[in-house]
Amino acid sequence: MAGVQVANVSRSFGAHKALDDVSIDFADGGFYALLGPSGSGKTTLLRQIAGFDFPDSGRITIGGESVERVPVEKRRIGMVFQNYALFPNMSVADNVAFGLSVRGEPKATIAAEVQRALDLVQLGKLGGRKPHQLSGGQRQRVALARAIVTKPRVLLLDEPLGALDKALRVDMQIELKRIQREIGITTIFVTHDQEEALTMSDRIGILRDGRLVQEGPPEEIYDRPQSEFAATFLGDANIFRGNATGSGIKLPDGTTIAASTGASVPAGARASCAVRPERIQISTGAAKADPANANTLKGQVSKRIFAGNNSTYFVERDGQTLKVIVQNTGAERLAEGQPVVLSWSPDSTVLIAA
Amino acid sequence: MADQLAIGSRRGLRPALPLLLPAYLWLTVAIFLPLSAMVFFSFMTDLPLAGKDWAFTLGNYAAFFSQSLYSTLLFASLRLGLEVTLWCVVIGYPAAYVLAKVLKGRSREAIFLLVILPFWSNGLVRIFSWAMVLREGGILDTALNAVLPFKINIDLMYSYPAVIIGLVHSYVPYMVLTCYLTLQAIDDSLIEAGRSLGASRRQVLWRVIIPLSMPGLIAGSALIFVPVVGSFMEPRILGGRTGTFYGTVIEDQFVAVFNWPLGAALSFILLAVVLIILALAAPVLRRAG
Repeated sequence: MAGVQVANVSRSFGAHKALDDVSIDFADGGFYALLGPSGSGKTTLLRQIAGFDFPDSGRITIGGESVERVPVEKRRIGMVFQNYALFPNMSVADNVAFGLSVRGEPKATIAAEVQRALDLVQLGKLGGRKPHQLSGGQRQRVALARAIVTKPRVLLLDEPLGALDKALRVDMQIELKRIQREIGITTIFVTHDQEEALTMSDRIGILRDGRLVQEGPPEEIYDRPQSEFAATFLGDANIFRGNATGSGIKLPDGTTIAASTGASVPAGARASCAVRPERIQISTGAAKADPANANTLKGQVSKRIFAGNNSTYFVERDGQTLKVIVQNTGAERLAEGQPVVLSWSPDSTVLIAA
Repeated sequence: MADQLAIGSRRGLRPALPLLLPAYLWLTVAIFLPLSAMVFFSFMTDLPLAGKDWAFTLGNYAAFFSQSLYSTLLFASLRLGLEVTLWCVVIGYPAAYVLAKVLKGRSREAIFLLVILPFWSNGLVRIFSWAMVLREGGILDTALNAVLPFKINIDLMYSYPAVIIGLVHSYVPYMVLTCYLTLQAIDDSLIEAGRSLGASRRQVLWRVIIPLSMPGLIAGSALIFVPVVGSFMEPRILGGRTGTFYGTVIEDQFVAVFNWPLGAALSFILLAVVLIILALAAPVLRRAG
């Protein structure tokens, strides 16, 4: 087991910069999500770490050892592919045994290790099946067992849950997390699903157009996004744009919004504020002067989406549509067209430099 | 489930009949009837032409067993078939691999065209052009002597290697095409998965790629081995005196000696031997594929 360091890695394909000066430190034993839209470079980065492709510049080290000149098969990594990539001509057990067998381990050791790995993914009895006789979730587990049986230093997962349906995906998320904890392996997980990234990982790196936008624990990125992209890609956010005042921003119509978290932006410079929809209070009456909810705006409900445990209100305000999520507490629901007052705390407002 | 499928396919036969009929009619007329006539001939003492007397006999088949020449030639032909098939694998498989896994786009199309080209050229032209290349003072001889500082004599014409070269050239496209099709169907991520598990390129080739492309190798080998065993054109033109094989003897019976019954009998013995070989190989091949 080992940490992975990616330092100033760039990779271009023709004129397209797939990775642009990316540096991330993946600590030993951590569970990392690389999150980004398609084409953001997350899979390219994973393939650099795996060794299927090599960076134009920059360094990658695994366990402190520089791997620039190390071919894939010598990097001691485990990889799970998006389509599982199980060998169709081999049984489940032979698939799992492959990595040990090419290493020339004795047959008895291989059999024991394969059984242990299959037990770990709860497929102990299916060793004799062929991959085409398994369900998607089972194939996923075989791919995982095959990747970890060789005791790799790093486990790389390329959108491993992308092909599964929703319910199975949630099961596998829990399962994957359990197995990762059990063997304590450094895991790097590529996904475009923000929920998956939030629920599973210790740290998230958000990529966009080949650049690392922000990196940190999920809570930190969610509560203190450093860019509008990070704010809107990981979760929902209402964005206000204006000029910095020193303690918040002033919108073009003169309204001020106080912000007590986020970047420090010199007064007068362009800046924006991000507020999560669930942090906003919505009420019909005149706003009470509550210092805890110092930011207030007037608007009109344009649409309500009822989702059982909560409702999402779309509130029109000065040409901007704001999103507010209200927990279902049994209180009176607001009708479309109703004038409302929105209020929220400066603590829930993140200042972002433009 | 299986029962339903069976019913479904039985129901499907009647509407499919008009589609199948032309092919089967053609097969009956073009292959079954002439072959039946040949079976008939093979049991005759002479052709029933020009009012000659004829009778039924097993003598044509007995000739194969009484004269060791025929079985010796059959073994030579089987060996030839095996060697040509082997060379086609050695030459064709790597080419198919490069076409399927390495080249992309334009360059793949261009190379593919070069592979198919022998298919589109006339067989005789192909063989005679090899004759020009291989003979003493021919293209190969002249070119090598122009490059090399010392004098060498290359005269491959009328030799066993010349027959092999000509046959491999004619049949290698079959191997390239069948292997290309199976190799192309192998997902690249399987190769990457193998290497991520610690297998070198060579180990991935032996343990993943070759087993998965076995159906193509087998199909290509069958397509090459069977006609090469009965081949006569290449052995005759490129082999000269050394080019006497089972196929050329059969050809002689039909063309030169005009002993159709013996030629037919020898053909059917060849067919039987080939079928026995394929039947014996089938269980092994099925396991490999």
